[in-house]
Order: sequence, then structure tokens, then C-alpha cells
Amino acid sequence: MAIDPKKLEMPTQAPEVRAHNFSEVALGYTKEMALKEASRCLNCKNKPCVAGCPVNVNIPDFIMKIKEEDFEGAYQIINETSSLPAVCGRVCPQESQCEQVCTLAKRFDPVGIGRLERFVADWHNEHATEKPVRPESNGHKVAIVGSGPSGLTCAGDLAKKGYQVTVYEALHTAGGVLVYGIPEFRLPKAIVAKEVETLKELGVDVVPNVVIGKTLTIDELFEMGFEAVFVGSGAGLPNFMNIPGEALKGVYSANEFLTRSNLMKAYEEDPKTPIMKGGKVAVVGGGNVAMDAARTALRLGAEHVYIVYRRSMEELPARKEEVEHAEEEGIDFRLLCNPVEILGYNNPDDPRDPKNGFVNGIKCVKMELGEPDASGRRRPVVIEGSEFTLDVDAVVMSIGTSPNPLIKSTTKGLEVNKWGGIIVNEDGLTSREGVYAGGDAVTGAATVISAMGAGKVAAKAIDEYLQKK
Amino acid sequence: MYKIVRKKELNPTVTQMETEAPLVANKAKPGQFIILRVNEEGERIPLTVAGTNPAEGTVKIIFQVVGATTELLNHKKEGESIQDFVGPLGVATHTEGIKKVCIVGGGVGCAIAMPVAEEFHRQGAHVTSIIGFRNKDLLILEDEFKSFSDKLIVMTDDGSYAREGNVTVPLKEMLEAGEQFDMIITIGPLVMMKFVVAAAKPFNVPVTVSMNPIMIDGTGMCGGCRLTLVQDGKKVTKFACVDGPDFNGYEVDFDEAISRGRMYFEYERHAHEETCNLLKKSEGV
Repeated sequence: MAIDPKKLEMPTQAPEVRAHNFSEVALGYTKEMALKEASRCLNCKNKPCVAGCPVNVNIPDFIMKIKEEDFEGAYQIINETSSLPAVCGRVCPQESQCEQVCTLAKRFDPVGIGRLERFVADWHNEHATEKPVRPESNGHKVAIVGSGPSGLTCAGDLAKKGYQVTVYEALHTAGGVLVYGIPEFRLPKAIVAKEVETLKELGVDVVPNVVIGKTLTIDELFEMGFEAVFVGSGAGLPNFMNIPGEALKGVYSANEFLTRSNLMKAYEEDPKTPIMKGGKVAVVGGGNVAMDAARTALRLGAEHVYIVYRRSMEELPARKEEVEHAEEEGIDFRLLCNPVEILGYNNPDDPRDPKNGFVNGIKCVKMELGEPDASGRRRPVVIEGSEFTLDVDAVVMSIGTSPNPLIKSTTKGLEVNKWGGIIVNEDGLTSREGVYAGGDAVTGAATVISAMGAGKVAAKAIDEYLQKK
Repeated sequence: MYKIVRKKELNPTVTQMETEAPLVANKAKPGQFIILRVNEEGERIPLTVAGTNPAEGTVKIIFQVVGATTELLNHKKEGESIQDFVGPLGVATHTEGIKKVCIVGGGVGCAIAMPVAEEFHRQGAHVTSIIGFRNKDLLILEDEFKSFSDKLIVMTDDGSYAREGNVTVPLKEMLEAGEQFDMIITIGPLVMMKFVVAAAKPFNVPVTVSMNPIMIDGTGMCGGCRLTLVQDGKKVTKFACVDGPDFNGYEVDFDEAISRGRMYFEYERHAHEETCNLLKKSEGV
């Protein structure tokens, strides 16, 4: 049978419909679709996809199980290496990982590995009735700081080995960036809650409302009997551009905008936490977070949403599928543009005018690409005299974050680099014995899957360390 | 869940609650704050710690009913619980090396100023306290301030109790009379703190102000609590949740903070009315 050169499309909500609701955009493969796409896998000997996956999911094996229509078997194969299959199937940048190196991709579209993973995980969540087996305790206690992707992965791997794991979360809900950052329409919160539930069934204790570095310190965790600590505290303070007008009302960091909408559910009717809805919105930045913010603004009722990004489409760092979805939904990409000032309303005749101090525009300059910079990307250069203004009512700054200072400042002997990221070796070990770290707290803002990879590496190292001890 | 152990009305709009939160009680120092959510759907609001009892594992908060969330909180009874309660957050008020301090509190800000006065008193510093209220009915914590202060001046805007006028009047008089302070610490409405800074400026006395901007996570993630400081002529962005809430009063851009604090003014007023109506309805049934 000839191989279909095309990856099977996954059904989605129509752009004009989904732009006005918070339900999931992608609808997932049906069983028939999954079988069809699985049949494209060559089950090749060298399995480049496995090495392309940061947590080394045994991809051809799980796809073979799909071909046999043993979907639970497929799930169990993914579950051997990944604690969050339903999450990864949705948010991983497969095009730059497993699918990029797929043997098929040399001539055709790669196998839709992400879509198949999602199908398998959703099938399991819908059909599986057996609770995961709680392993026998080995008596060792490990503390995890933060319940985001790296922390949950580390917790899951250790719990499966019999460790007594406690996860401390600063917010009131577990999930970290999966609940405060990534929107409902891309990753439904019920899926995150389900993955957390699965970990609890494995015996993991999840404690909300504890800020490590404030409520308890790392040293106190050791005093409490924990023998190792994994720090997965995530990204920290949002960066701003330091241009005039960033303190105006209506200027948000992407973290704040998304937290209000996702974690605090400001998108619901009659929300308890307010957010600016409607009007025109400019989102500054080109990453996944910028796409999430722009599409959230649209769903909150914005009449027009711009992405303002200083490089071109080619350099845009967001996941390809998100950019395509955003374009379909009508997000207006203003590429090779850079903001120089945010403008605000000011009534000179009435200092008490309630509109005073609110955003009413963003002044930008056009850019062109020059020589490649240290990152290898061509450096954007300002085109003189190209200033223009977009009329907007809100601006969302999505230009990255700097690591959170709370743990560094309260943990003696924990070394950080000049950007504040925790320094670790290849095992995730920090400069403190028994303290491991991974995810954005180490690397700065990166992807869910790379954080999961770091959690996995650290779990293995913690196991080896405690078995030797 | 965090149980409310004791509740007391300090005046018709200000309530004191002691809540079981042993981990916070062990750690909290004057000047630090907590974030709470009253119920499962509620918003997160920051409130400054007004005292702790580590032996009992309780944390005292004092709040004014100003919006929907404080209205809901005020409806909680002794023995009932608060959904979420996290802290202590922020940096504690710097007290070391200060021998003579003037504490200027306004309105419900006095609830935050009180434990600071208590801490200075405990450390043996000379404490002058100036506390101001709109009128006699809104007066709170006078006895506490009396016991922690070497000198206490009470002011009311309308003269219905003690001396008439705002808190800057006696402060200016003292400074003009040559009174020396190592530090003035002021906690209250932004406009009041701005005027305290202006009053102290000609005398070159350091002023610490306690900022209370809009906040969500309180742990250095959302950036909503940012404010602008002017340091050596340069604008610097700081975050009240991790860098504060205390700042050098001479550096804070108060006008910007006042403007930002009103971002959701219309929404909040509406939400408060709605909540009051709902509560009235539920009580009527």
C-alpha cells in the first residue's frame, strides 16, 4: 500500500466560531483517523523520533499498538516515560522535535505523532477504569517545589519508584503554567486536573498555598525529613521593554493577562477577577505566550488584535500550529515592527476624567533584518523615519521573564547565573547537595516538554543519589 | 481550608480576624502580607499581617469592607473557614539600627502600622505615633498604639475626636520644632503617604512607605503590582510583592500608583453593589 504523503488533518472548530469561545480549538482524531494516520508509520529500525523526544517516548511501539487497536496498550507505552501524555499531545512543538526527525519527513509529511499521542491519552482518560497501582513505599521522602510540568514529571517518576513525594505549590491550584498560562482553548483545565489526580492516586501529596522561599525554606524541608528537593519553580518576573507608557492602565504583562483569564477565570460571565475586555489590543512578542495572549484577547471580545513582533515570520518562535490558528482567527500580524512608546489618554481640561491614564495607542517603528546576532537569527535594525501609531485600548507585553528571586535569596549556597537562573549539572544537581532543579527556573522561559525532560533527568539522578546514600 | 478562630468588629467598616494558618504564623514579620481567597470562585486579594500567635498557629488580619471580596470575607463567621490563605509574602519592614521612629498611620492603614510600632517598641526604640481617621466612629486600635508608643497623637479630619486635621499637621510641627527621627514610616492611603513624604522632605528625614497595589499571585509572577521608582534620576520598575511592600518614599511615583490603583474602579464598584444585593437577598430568605 502506498504511503499517503500528507499527514492527516485533525478536525478543529471553525475559525469564525472558535474566535468567540474558550472551548478547545482542536477536536482530536476519531478512532478511524488514528488508525489511518498510524498506518503511515514505517516502524523504521533507527527510530529517530525517540531521540527527538525530550522524554524519549517509545514512539514507534505505541503507534504499533494503535495499529493493533490496543489503545490502552499504546497508553501504557507512553506512560512508561511521560507523566503527562494528554498535555504533551496538545502543547509540544512536535515539528521541531519528534516529527522533525521522522524518517517519512525526508520525502513526505512526518507521521502526526503529536495527534496520535493526544488520541491515545484521550482514549485512556475516557475509557480506562483501572486506577494506577500505588507502588510499595521505599521509605524515602522527596519534596518538589512547584507543580508545573517539570515538578509533576519529577514527582510522577519518583512516585512510580516508591518514593514518598510531596509537591508544594504557591498558588491555590496545581498545574503551574499549565493552569495559569496556557489557555483553556489550547489545553482544557480538566485535562490538567485529571493528570494531577492520576499522580495523587500514585501516592503523591500535593500541597497548595505554600511558597517555598517564604512559607518554608529549602533548609526547613531537609529539617522536616525530606532527603532530596527538586526545584521546578518556573519562570519569574515579567520583562518589560522600558519604554515610556508601560505603567499606563491597560498595559499588562502576558503573565498577568493570562493569569487573570486562565487561573482566575476572568473569561467567564460575571467573573470575580476583572480583566479588560473588548476594544483593540496589541500583543508585543512572538512566542507561544504571545499567541496565547492574542487569541485570549480575541475570545474576550476584542474587535481587533495585533501581534507586534520585531523580526519576520521566519524567526517567530511560536509553535507553527498556534501561528496558523491565530492567523485563521484573524489576528493581525505586524511583523518587523517594534514599539517605542505606549500612548495614554489625558484630558488637559479635566484631571478627574475617568479615561485619564488609560492606553489609547502604541507608537512603533518598522524594522529590517541585518546581520545574524549571537542567537544566529538576523538582528532587526530600525528603519529611520518609519514611525507609526496603532490605536489600541490595551497592550500585552509578552517578551519573556526573569527567574523568580524567592528561592535564591533564601537558600544559602545555591548558585545562580548572571540572569538569575539556577545553575545545574547534566543531572539537574545544583550547587547544594541533595537539591536538584529544572525547567524555566534553570533555563528561563522555554517549553513544557523541555521542562518535563529536566524533571525526568532529575528524578533519575535523585533516585541514584538516594539509593547510594 | 483556614478556620476563622476569632472575629471582632473594630468599627462599622473595619473587621479583625484571627485565622488558623500555622506555617504563616511561624514566619510572618511586621510589614509582610498574605493573599487569600474567600471561596472557590473568589479573587485573590492581598492583606497585610496585623499580628501572629505562633503558639496557637493563628494569623491576625484587619480589613476594611471596600469591595465585593472584603464584603464576602466580612460575612464569614467565627468557626467558618477561608478557602485559601498563603504567606507570608513580601519583605518585612526594616527595623534594625533605628533608635527613634515616627509612625504615621491613616485609616485602616493603622492596622498595618500597629504591629510595626509594636516591633520597634519591643526592640527598645523611641516610638512616636500619629494616627489619623476621618471621624470618631472610624477610630481603631487607639489602646494598642498607646501601649506601644512613647508619644501618641490622634487626629480626626472633622475634629469629632482628639485633634482636628490631617496627620501631616502634627508631623510638620514636630519637624519644625527640631524633633529628630531616624526614620518616618507611613502606612495609609496613597494620597496621605504622598503628603507625608512632601512634609518630611525639607527636613531630610528618611521616609518608608508601604505600598498596596493591585496584585494577583503575590509571588513575583504576574507583574500587576509594578510601580515606578526614580533612583538617581533614572526610572526603575519594581514589584511590590517581592521587592516591597516597603519602599523609599522619596523614590516612589505616587501619581502613577494612584492612577494604576483605579484601573478597575468602575468594575469594582459594580461588583461590590452586586455582592451586597446578593448577600441581602440570601439573608432575607
